Amino acid sequence: MVKLTKRIGGLVLRIAAFGAALAALIVMVTSRERASFFAISFEAKYTDMAAFKYFVIANAVVSVYSFIVLFLPKESLLWKFVVVLDLVMTMLLTSSLSAALAVAQVGKKGNANAGWLPICGQVPKFCDQITGALIAGFVALVLYVFLLLYSLHSVLDPFLLQKS
Amino acid sequence: MAKLALAATSGKGCKILLGLRVLAFLATLSAAIVMGLNKETKTFVVGNVGNTPIKATFTAKFQHTPAFVFFVVANVMVSFHNLLMIALQIFGGKKDLTGFRLLSVAILDMLNVTLISAAANAAAFMAEVGKNGNKHARWDKICDRFATYCDHGAGALIAAFAGVVLMLIISAVTISRLVQPNKCCSTAATPSVVP
Repeated sequence: MVKLTKRIGGLVLRIAAFGAALAALIVMVTSRERASFFAISFEAKYTDMAAFKYFVIANAVVSVYSFIVLFLPKESLLWKFVVVLDLVMTMLLTSSLSAALAVAQVGKKGNANAGWLPICGQVPKFCDQITGALIAGFVALVLYVFLLLYSLHSVLDPFLLQKS
Repeated sequence: MAKLALAATSGKGCKILLGLRVLAFLATLSAAIVMGLNKETKTFVVGNVGNTPIKATFTAKFQHTPAFVFFVVANVMVSFHNLLMIALQIFGGKKDLTGFRLLSVAILDMLNVTLISAAANAAAFMAEVGKNGNKHARWDKICDRFATYCDHGAGALIAAFAGVVLMLIISAVTISRLVQPNKCCSTAATPSVVP
């Protein structure tokens, strides 16, 4: 009974992480706004910044990976490999979120010392959607940290409790 | 995975882990120091009043960019963690409390690997914007005017990425030691079974 609740807990965590990563991916990909600045009309898309492209790719990889692991049977020996891959995915998530946050912060506040003007004043809806995608990415990261600890606990038996 | 566990449990594995930790400590510390001391002042001619040029002095410091501040702080934290782990391995002796030490080292290593990768990546993308500019947002590049600042920043970034790779290897070794607790680096907490 305890084992069943633990297994269901793990599955729920992974489904939630998959949902969060997918949401972050979709919200950022659909963010697009056209604005006109004096006589020039320009369009703000997520592909303008390299950091946002990396964020989309990283979240896509994490979503696909979570979806595949959802169907891994319980008795498979690959679960030990899943622990290592969970760590790699957490690294991917945190690095992509951190890079996107760094660039988005410059977009919102600008950088007076480098002479970079903030762009959020001209494309507010684009900025809001990027913020939403970053929040979803952060939720996915937190869920993945919990998933990592859960995999470590359930697969590797770190407290050496099992007796032969 | 079994071969990795075997390599991590041998006596030589302990020395290799120690060597890796020393390298990671040096890499992250040098990245923090190089970026922390990164500063360049330059005088530019911004205009002309009649015949006399007007000069203005501009400074490029790492504190101007929050991503670089995070970079320095995170590198200092990770190098401190590595120093702590080295001291633990050399002076910690054989004290162990029912496997808690192995688990805490593994978890701390995992947290630090995510921290250093986040810091290195954020600084890398900010440096890319500084080097190439962004014509969609009309941000000018700054590397053509502050070349030394950019070079030092690039050096610090390379050291940090080397630290990321090293920390990943160290974390993999520490996790694999959870699978097969060895007898050299920590006391045998009577591992009754190898899972």
